[in-house]
Amino acid sequence: MESSAHSPVLAPAPSSRLAAGLGWRRRGVNTAMTVLIVGAFALAMIPLFSLIFEVAKRGIPGLSVEFFTEDARGVVGGGGAAHAIMGTLVITGVATVISVPIGIMAAIYLNEYGGDSRLRKALTFFVDVMTGIPSIVAGLFAYALFELFFGPGIRLGVMGSVALSLLMVPIVIRSAEEVLKIVPNHLREAAYALGTPKWKTIVKVVLPTAFAGLVTGVMIAIARIVGETAPLLVTTGVIDSMNTDPFNGRMQNLAVYAYNEYRSPGVMNQAAYDHAWAAALTLIAIVLLLNVAARLVYRRYKTEIR
Amino acid sequence: MASVDTTTNAGQLLAAASGGRRRRGDRVFSRMAVVSAVTILALLAGVAIFLLAEGAPALTASASELPGGESFVDYVAPLAFGTMLAAVFAAVVAVPLAVAAALFITHVAPPRIALTLGYLVDMLAAIPSIIYALWGVFVLGPAAVPVMEWLEGHLGFIPLFAGPASVTGRTMFVAGLVLAVMILPIVSAVAREAFALTPRRLQEGAQALGATRWEMIRMTVLPFGRSSIISGAMLGLGRALGETMAVTIILSVSGAVTFNLIGQANPSTIAANIALNFPESSGLAINALIATGLVLFAITLVTNMGARAIIARQDRE
Repeated sequence: MESSAHSPVLAPAPSSRLAAGLGWRRRGVNTAMTVLIVGAFALAMIPLFSLIFEVAKRGIPGLSVEFFTEDARGVVGGGGAAHAIMGTLVITGVATVISVPIGIMAAIYLNEYGGDSRLRKALTFFVDVMTGIPSIVAGLFAYALFELFFGPGIRLGVMGSVALSLLMVPIVIRSAEEVLKIVPNHLREAAYALGTPKWKTIVKVVLPTAFAGLVTGVMIAIARIVGETAPLLVTTGVIDSMNTDPFNGRMQNLAVYAYNEYRSPGVMNQAAYDHAWAAALTLIAIVLLLNVAARLVYRRYKTEIR
Repeated sequence: MASVDTTTNAGQLLAAASGGRRRRGDRVFSRMAVVSAVTILALLAGVAIFLLAEGAPALTASASELPGGESFVDYVAPLAFGTMLAAVFAAVVAVPLAVAAALFITHVAPPRIALTLGYLVDMLAAIPSIIYALWGVFVLGPAAVPVMEWLEGHLGFIPLFAGPASVTGRTMFVAGLVLAVMILPIVSAVAREAFALTPRRLQEGAQALGATRWEMIRMTVLPFGRSSIISGAMLGLGRALGETMAVTIILSVSGAVTFNLIGQANPSTIAANIALNFPESSGLAINALIATGLVLFAITLVTNMGARAIIARQDRE
């Protein structure tokens, strides 16, 4: 190990007096570094607690029944975010419907069929690449794709879903691959020994065993994309009224809603800022609930593997 | 009951032996899996192709046709500079904190609470970027104003803190700090994984020779995790390069090319520039923005592939 190259501690102390001095210094350095490490961790946690505290404090005044039930068509300063909540559900839902089957099938390919093929290696490598795509670039891709068919300036809910899918697919594949990997081989072998075809083994044995892990992974992936803003700014546009059709007209999610309330507050500054914070609070609640629920699902339904 | 089961299994065995349905089911299913895999590769190729196709008009257009009347290179260069400046500053702040947080969780904190502390750090990654952006502009920005004034007064001889300090807090300094918080969990997660894998015999060996905890960390854990720290830092850098909302909302941009982190005039970043201008653009301006997106894609791709290469090399060792 190269670590042994610089190890003054290993050298025998020439005299007891020097050793005592070294001991004092070494203890001091140890204490100082421990304090530094603990301090750095505490420092890193300050933003988390400040952020949650501020979002709760500033978000609560904006919450009302109206916020969840009304849209904002033609109202100045008032109105609600029901259209944005619906937009969040539709855009995220469509993205999930696109990403989950393809992501899980790709993970099945990687784990059950890929073997040592070049396709498997290429897919593993490019899934890593995909996790690093900036979200705004995913949005530009969706725009460029749809512009070819629908002409410039096109804005649709489903465009946002396509952009989000690009961000969601690698997360689904990664987590699904992890849980498929830990399904023990003897389960597959037992099924084969009974003459079960491979596809049926996967559908009836492997997937049910991995089910809790798969659901958890999907929930985490949804939590990761539900609050995306940037890719939707260039794909789904801005709208004040309720729209539930992803294939027709503009749509916006809560994050874009918060951005617009901040960006163009209009004449009633404070009301718009209250809306932005209320949307932020709703989003944080959704994300945290998804994360907690994911862990609960995993703990409650995971198959004991012996 | 048992007899029924046996017959079904026997039936399956017969069906299997006779081939027929079983082989077709297998063929269909494995083909579905292969098609999914190929679709994902095609999707990624599609990203590059569509961005190239839509960005090309701006790449080939003459300077007079482009918005602002400057060539594409002149247009994208200050943005690329701002992108790098924000991301590098964020990484410089985040990496030491992330490494320390990882050390705290794996080697300093009581093992009983380490898992919970890990969740706390991971929660930083779960918070949507728009919320970081709002927090940055309403909370951290105003709080940072006195800090920036102090930096100008005491460290003003360093070009980074030349000032005059902004009174609004909408500076590169604040945007970079928010980016640092956002990338901290990913850097920390990569480092944590490596630190936790440090062979016990090395750690125990160091302690048996009388090393203090810090000496044990310095001599075994840090050298063992060194390449993970580097790759984690590069992954974090890649994340910061493409992060949009925090910069879009926090930074007051002017297009200036300056290293001054605390002033009023700040260079924009590629991602923020797209988010700010795309909704109101049309024609060639859209193509120009997409072309800048392509540049951003290329920069993050190189950064991430570098990080992956380091991880792959380490896995081989």
